[in-house]
Amino acid sequence: MSDLSRRKLIITGLAATAGVSGLGVAARMAQKYGLVPPDHGGIYGLGETLTYASQRLLTRHSLAREFPRSQISKPPLANEIPPLTEAFKRLQAGGFADWRLTVNGMVDRAASFSLAQLKSYPSRSQITQLVCEEGWSYIAEWIGVPLSHVLDVVGIHPQARYIVYFSIDPDWWESIDMADAIHPQTFLAYGMNGNELPVGNGGPLRMRLPRQLGYKSVKYITHLTVTDSLKRFGKGLGSASSDGGYAWYAGI
Amino acid sequence: MARLGSVQVPMAACAPGSASAVPATTVTSRHSALVRVTHWITTLCFLALLVSGVEIVISHPRFYWGETGNVLTTPLFKLPIPSSRALVPTGYGYVLPDQNGWSRYLHFQAAWVAVLTGLLYAISGLFTGHFWKNLLPARAELSWRRFSIAVANHLRFQRPSEAEAWSYNVLQRLTYLFVIFVLFPLVIWTGLAMSPAFVSAFPATVNLLGGQQSARTIHFFVSLSLLLFLLVHVVMVCLAGFRSRMRAMITGRSGTHTEPI
Repeated sequence: MSDLSRRKLIITGLAATAGVSGLGVAARMAQKYGLVPPDHGGIYGLGETLTYASQRLLTRHSLAREFPRSQISKPPLANEIPPLTEAFKRLQAGGFADWRLTVNGMVDRAASFSLAQLKSYPSRSQITQLVCEEGWSYIAEWIGVPLSHVLDVVGIHPQARYIVYFSIDPDWWESIDMADAIHPQTFLAYGMNGNELPVGNGGPLRMRLPRQLGYKSVKYITHLTVTDSLKRFGKGLGSASSDGGYAWYAGI
Repeated sequence: MARLGSVQVPMAACAPGSASAVPATTVTSRHSALVRVTHWITTLCFLALLVSGVEIVISHPRFYWGETGNVLTTPLFKLPIPSSRALVPTGYGYVLPDQNGWSRYLHFQAAWVAVLTGLLYAISGLFTGHFWKNLLPARAELSWRRFSIAVANHLRFQRPSEAEAWSYNVLQRLTYLFVIFVLFPLVIWTGLAMSPAFVSAFPATVNLLGGQQSARTIHFFVSLSLLLFLLVHVVMVCLAGFRSRMRAMITGRSGTHTEPI
């Protein structure tokens, strides 16, 4: 072996070792700072992790654009919804008086809220855009209680990392990290454009998350769970959408 | 011209075994290794972005201008194709299967690889002088006469001269510069301007374009332009000699004059 090829071999070996250990350190750091999404496995894991990590670093505190009242979309769009469940129809017949939002998991005081209780908390409103992954969008005024307020009421444990939220329709559930959960624009919305939230838009209670695409804004919310791991929910990918082949993080 | 002269050495000088007699041009690469590797990675990424992009468009083949747009608003234009969503009135009696899950995953993964590859290419191109040596047209070439000769040669499908196999003509240079420094940045910009999280941190990226739906419409037209470039590029490669051009971009060796070796 000539000197040149030996030197080349040593340099290549050192570079490869440095590269692999560098990647290892990067992966551990990413895990520690919560930059790895639950659907990081598989062939698209690299792109998904890069997107989530970079957007989480860039957008931890940024606010979604808000619009003047004149830009509210008229007429308001109600996306197609799956057939309403029997349980939903029963509650609808009673004017949603018996609708409950239960909150449990890593909390000090597990609770069950009626709509009237949620509406008794300081209400907030935002005029933001809802963008669907398909490409269409509309602007509406959303009225509700910030999710962070409800989390304060129940008292979440310091090791909590995700909020998992469930629709009355068992096919729909999603989860978000704590940065999105305590974000001031993340609402449990019960009103729209000055009125009650129509059933077609997710009434009586919908998650509203303007910094992510529409499919994270799940309709007909009845249950929240605070957790430190998404492994025991569904296939462990973090949401019904991910179980169905869609990205868990929908900031893009 | 000196370089051209060295190409026309007598064949005897290029006889196998007499490596020292081989003219410089036959050992110099037509394309550097970095250009070749980034070219093919970009090609793969572009094809992935194209296929996944088409799948995503099928879920809502309507385009709008301004901030918002949906089935209740008047579109700028509609593509005359069926959709993968029942929500969209297309005039077709059927709905295509939903492919957006993997398409969106693939689209962003390919975008990441393409952007990182493009950064590597752009930064190394600045350091090696690739842009001003190989792509920036000489001042003399920018005259209307030279320009119209180049256009006329293209329109007559004239095969490139020996000299042109070793460098780009003015039309090629301007096209490559336009693709690299206008279309690629614009397609990345308009893509990011559709991301609700990205624009929350950088609202100017979407406001400057006139809204989220304007960004989507521009993204579509820039992608169409890139597709048009790809088609013309492939046709030109075929006309100029598919085998020699492919060999140049794969192995780095170029020109018909090297074939006897």
